[in-house]
Amino acid sequence: MPGINMIVCSKQVPDPEAPPSLFKVDTVANKMVTGPEVKPVISQYDEFALEAALRIKDKLGGKITALSLGNKIVRDVIKKALAVGADDLILLEDEAFDGGDSWSTAHALVAAIKKIGQYDLILCGRQSSDWDAGQIGLGIAEILGIPAVTLVRKVEVTDRKAKVERVIPDGYEKIEVTLPAVITVTSELGALRYATLKGIMAAAKKQPIVWKPADIGLESSQVGAAGRRIKLTKLFQPVKEAKCEVIEGETAAEAGANLAMRLRQAKLL
Amino acid sequence: MAENKGVLVCGEIDSKLASITTELLGCGRKLADDLKEDLSCLLVGDKIGDAAKEAIAFGADKVYTVEDPLLKQYQADSFIQVVEKVAKDTLPRIVLFGQTSMGRELAPRLAFRLGVCLSTDCLDLTIDPNTKLLRQTRPVYGGNAQAIFVSEFMPQVVTVRPKAMSPIERDALKQVQGNIIPTRISIDTTKVRTKVLETVKEEVVGVKLEDAPVIVSGGRGMRGPEPFKTILKELADLLHGAVGASRPPADNGWVPEATHVGLTGKIVAPDVYIAVAISGASQHIAGCSGSKHIIAINKDPEANIFKEAEFGVVGKWEEILPAFTNKLKELL
Ligand SMILES: Cc1cc2nc3c(=O)[nH]c(=O)nc-3n(C[C@H](O)[C@H](O)[C@H](O)COP(=O)(O)OP(=O)(O)OC[C@H]3O[C@@H](n4cnc5c(N)ncnc54)[C@H](O)[C@@H]3O)c2cc1C
Ligand SMILES: Nc1ncnc2c1ncn2[C@@H]1O[C@H](COP(=O)(O)O)[C@@H](O)[C@H]1O
Repeated sequence: MPGINMIVCSKQVPDPEAPPSLFKVDTVANKMVTGPEVKPVISQYDEFALEAALRIKDKLGGKITALSLGNKIVRDVIKKALAVGADDLILLEDEAFDGGDSWSTAHALVAAIKKIGQYDLILCGRQSSDWDAGQIGLGIAEILGIPAVTLVRKVEVTDRKAKVERVIPDGYEKIEVTLPAVITVTSELGALRYATLKGIMAAAKKQPIVWKPADIGLESSQVGAAGRRIKLTKLFQPVKEAKCEVIEGETAAEAGANLAMRLRQAKLL
Repeated sequence: MAENKGVLVCGEIDSKLASITTELLGCGRKLADDLKEDLSCLLVGDKIGDAAKEAIAFGADKVYTVEDPLLKQYQADSFIQVVEKVAKDTLPRIVLFGQTSMGRELAPRLAFRLGVCLSTDCLDLTIDPNTKLLRQTRPVYGGNAQAIFVSEFMPQVVTVRPKAMSPIERDALKQVQGNIIPTRISIDTTKVRTKVLETVKEEVVGVKLEDAPVIVSGGRGMRGPEPFKTILKELADLLHGAVGASRPPADNGWVPEATHVGLTGKIVAPDVYIAVAISGASQHIAGCSGSKHIIAINKDPEANIFKEAEFGVVGKWEEILPAFTNKLKELL
């Protein structure tokens, strides 16, 4: 099956691996705020999804379109998709897209996917690294009326079908699914490859295509915060008291032995 | 339009009624009582057997059983047909799923089919006494914060994190009062677009992670598969526990995926959780914060794991662990 068309949904998020102390809640605005030290990145599992698409393209050829919805998407961050080998980058970028829930976000992504028109495989992350919802991929599949396989660690495409491995709690399933389909990718698939210098230079020259709600046939009232079907009523950080008793010793080994004695004394072991 | 009423638990069976289902019934019972409405449970499979009676004993007023040879193995495309039909016929106010392999797939599908938005991985659920709406509390930003969501669209669909809720006391006498309703739903096989070719189980020998009273977990700082099989295993065996891991060892293939603890791995709550060379990222803590006691061994005194731990040692595991294990052998 030559020329398989793939769409990879990739979202920009604050670096989820930044130290927890840099994530704060602004209780007035009911928003997460992260310090300037926390750099924007492509959501982790979306990078794995991109890698899955690239592996298919390596084998079969075809086209990868990276699709991202947001407001103020940092070009240098999202262009990584082009640098590693995506062919096109489409941004749904507008203030109106801000503050959406899974419902409004999935519907906007689907409107864009329909406008793109050709798709055999839509790849998403298993969950986004900010809201951790794990819904959009399945939402897209439902709205489009196509099948979906979640938690995928391996994909092979042959003859209008995909053979995938889906992670289950005590192993994995080998599943065959008809195309077009949505696949949500998990971390065991493997990390995203590094961009080559050539890739980075080519990406620098390319400009993303930017669509506003009207470009995908949606009213501002249908997208972002206005299109929500669930309300965020409160955001908070449970307080925990730090209370670690650090066990010392002359040497690290002695500290280890002391830990054993302390845990026995505390009747933990 | 008819009003949505009652709480529906989408149950799971793993030879018997799954523990997540008893937890959902425990939580659902409380919500139903607060609403003064019924709690029902949906069970789907080829042979349901005693699980239906068990669901009653664990709090359900009504159990819908849908038995069909086509439902022997879980497949999203067939199971969703059943869940959708039952939800449309019975019009529940609230639908509860487990945040499991199955619930993660079915809940979003059901929600999108019914035109509602859901909350996944909820830790707490309560009824707002004024609005009667469900307050859905879930972790966000990898566990760095929690959010409370409310939806006015019916039904209110959520998935619940395993071990976040407690079952009610099993009441064998209640079994006679409960109402078991065998329900026929014909599965449209043309709508099943996936085929499971093979299920491969990667058996972990010894104590199961979820049941282990003690877990000894290693992180990226173990630097390879060996220590998981030797020094961590030895310590785990000594403590009648199991070996766990953070995500990097699982991603790198050092350990089976089934040992991966965290937001996207297993949620565990042992008495004692020993984290070795794990930095304590929020996404990892999300999987082990229910442990009674966390103990950290890490060479970096600034590592976040020390903010979570009750006891800790700063230093290299290569030096600390052998001495720790040997001393324990003497003491135990
Ligand atoms: C959406 C999302 C979901 C995720 N889900 C999970 C999840 O479910 N589970 C999970 O674990 N992670 C998850 N992660 C990844 C998580 O953010 C961290 O990247 C991961 O937990 C780090 O693993 P680690 O602590 O083993 O490695 P690192 O963060 O690299 O830490 C290694 C630690 O080992 C210490 N160390 C190194 N050498 C030694 C030595 N010789 N002796 C003692 N200490 C030493 C270092 O000081 C360091 O603290 C998720 C991430 C995202 C974005
Ligand atoms: N704003 C967005 N833009 C592009 N893709 C998205 C967006 N939000 C979610 N996705 C995709 O949907 C996946 C699951 O997201 P979520 O349901 O929010 O956890 C992500 O890993 C992405 O692949």
